[in-house]
Amino acid sequence: MLRTEEMLLNVGPQHPSTHGVLRIVVKIDGEVIREATPVIGYLHRGTEKLAEDLNYTQIIPYTDRMDYVSAMSNNYVLVHAVETMLKLEIPERAEYLRVITLELNRIASHLVWMGTYLLDIGALSPFLYAFQDREKILDLFNELCGARLTYNYMRVGGVKWDAPNGWLQKVEQFITMMEKRMKDYHQLITGNEIFIQRTRGVGVYSQEMAIQYALSGANLRVTGLQRDLRKEHPYSIYDRFQFDVPVGRHGDLYDKYLCRMNEVEESLKIVGQALASFPEKGRVLGKVPRVLRVPEGECYVSIESPRGELGCYLVSKGKDKPWRLKFRRPSFCNLQILPVLLRGENMANLVAILGGIDIVLGEVDC
Amino acid sequence: MTEENNKEEKTAQSKEDQEKKPVQRPAARPRPRVKKEAPPPEPSPKEPLLAELVQQVTEKLGEQAIEESYVNQNGEHLLTLVVNRDHWAKLASLLKQEANWQYTYLQNCAGVDQQTYFEVVYHLYSLEHHDQICVHVKVDRDQPEIPSVVNIWPAANWHEREIYDLLGIQFTGHPNLQRILMPDEWEGYPLRKDYQPLDEGV
Repeated sequence: MLRTEEMLLNVGPQHPSTHGVLRIVVKIDGEVIREATPVIGYLHRGTEKLAEDLNYTQIIPYTDRMDYVSAMSNNYVLVHAVETMLKLEIPERAEYLRVITLELNRIASHLVWMGTYLLDIGALSPFLYAFQDREKILDLFNELCGARLTYNYMRVGGVKWDAPNGWLQKVEQFITMMEKRMKDYHQLITGNEIFIQRTRGVGVYSQEMAIQYALSGANLRVTGLQRDLRKEHPYSIYDRFQFDVPVGRHGDLYDKYLCRMNEVEESLKIVGQALASFPEKGRVLGKVPRVLRVPEGECYVSIESPRGELGCYLVSKGKDKPWRLKFRRPSFCNLQILPVLLRGENMANLVAILGGIDIVLGEVDC
Repeated sequence: MTEENNKEEKTAQSKEDQEKKPVQRPAARPRPRVKKEAPPPEPSPKEPLLAELVQQVTEKLGEQAIEESYVNQNGEHLLTLVVNRDHWAKLASLLKQEANWQYTYLQNCAGVDQQTYFEVVYHLYSLEHHDQICVHVKVDRDQPEIPSVVNIWPAANWHEREIYDLLGIQFTGHPNLQRILMPDEWEGYPLRKDYQPLDEGV
C-alpha cells in the first residue's frame, strides 16, 4: 500500500482558471482535496467606503467596476435603490431601454461564462465563438453609450442616452442571428459526450444546502427551486413580458450549463418582446432635481443579475450622499459554498466546480 | 429715418435710462424658510401583519425582546423589528424554525455605523411564504459584541467576517472570525465614521 502525505498547495491569486485574483489554499492528500480555503480581497477597492463621500450620480461609475462582466445590472441596482427612496416615476422609454440593455448584458455575461468555462475544462473552440457573439453585443453598447464594459449608462430617473437612429433595428438583427447561433451551440456542446462525462454528477448539492448558503441565480435554480426575482418581485417593467424560468433537476455542473443557456434564450425572448412594444417617442430621463437629496430612511432592493440576487442596502440621512451603501454581491455569497463542495473532491475537479459557480472577482471583493 | 435706425436709437435711450436710474432693490431681508411639513404617511396596509408578528414574538420571548417595530414604507413595505441584543440568538432560531415564519434564506446582512452605536441589519426571506422581514440589532460602540448566527444561517459566515473586518464588530461564536477583505495586519476598521486613513497624502 502506497503511503500518501497531506500537502498544502496554493492555487492563485495569479491563475488563469480563477477568473481573476482568487487564491485557494488546498490541503491535498494524493489527488483528493481534504480542505480548501478561499482567500479573497486582492481586488478590494473599498467601493462602499468611497461611496460615502460621493453623491449618487458619482457613485454610478464605481458600480461599473464591481461586476465588470455585467455592469448594467450594477448600474441599475444603485439607481433603483435611489429611485425607490425618492419614489420617482421613470419614463416609459427609459424603462424599455433599461430592460433591453439589462437582458443584452445578461446574454453577454452568460456567453463569457460559457466560453471561459469550457476553456477551463479543456474545450477551446466554444470560447472563440462565444466571444465573437459577445463582441456584437459590446458593439451595440458602444454605439449606445460609448463604452464596451464600463457603461455608466443608467441615471437616477432614467438612462443617459437615447437609442441612436437604427440601433433598435441592429438589436433586432442581433436577436435573429443569436437565435440561430443558439442552435449551433447546442449542436456543438450540449450533446458532446466528453463534456457530459466531465460535468454530469460533478459538484452536486441539494436544494436545502443551496438555501442554507443563500445561493442565488442559476446556482440556486439548478437544484429545482424556481426563484427568479424578475418573476417573484418584478422590478422595472418585467411584469409585462412573458418568459420562463429554467430550472435544473440534478444540481450538477451540466444542469448549470443548461440553465444558463436556457436563460440566454429567455432573455432573447424578453428583448424581442421589448422591441415589439418599444414606445415611439418620449423622454429617456425623467425630471429629477439637480441635487439629489434622498430623504432620511433606508431601503433594500434586489434584482436578478446574471450571477444571482444583486442587492443594494441604502441608508440615507437626508444628505446628497449616502450614509451607508452596502451591496449584496451574488458572487461573494455564492463563493461561500466552495469549501464545502471541494471537500473530498478530486483535485482535477477544482477548476470545474469553481467555474460552475460563475464568480467575478471584482464583485467578490468590491 | 428708417425703422432700424429708430430701433437702435430707442435701445440706446433705454440703456441710458437704465444707467441713470439707481437700481432699487428691496432691502435684503432674511427670507423666512418655510419648511414644507411632510404630511404624516398613511398607515401601511401591512400594519396588522406587524402587530401580529410583534405579538407572537413577545408571547415567546417576553416584553424586552423587541425594542421597536415599524413598517419601512420605502419599496415593498418591509416589516422591520429592532431586536434587543440579548434576545437576538433565540429569536433568530425561532424565525428560522417556526412553521408560520420559516425565514430560511438570509438575503443580506450589513453593518452600519450610527455614530453613537453600531447596528447589524439582517434581511430575511421566507421561501415558503414568499415574505421578507428586516431585523435591526443595536450594538454598543464601546463593547461591540453580538452573537453570531452562522449556526442558524451558514450564509452569514462571510457576511459577519466582512462586518468584523470593516466595522470591528465581534461576533461571538463565529467559527473563524478573521479579516476577509482587508490585509490581516491592517489597523483600524475602515467603515467606521471616525476612521483616519494612514496614507491620507495619496
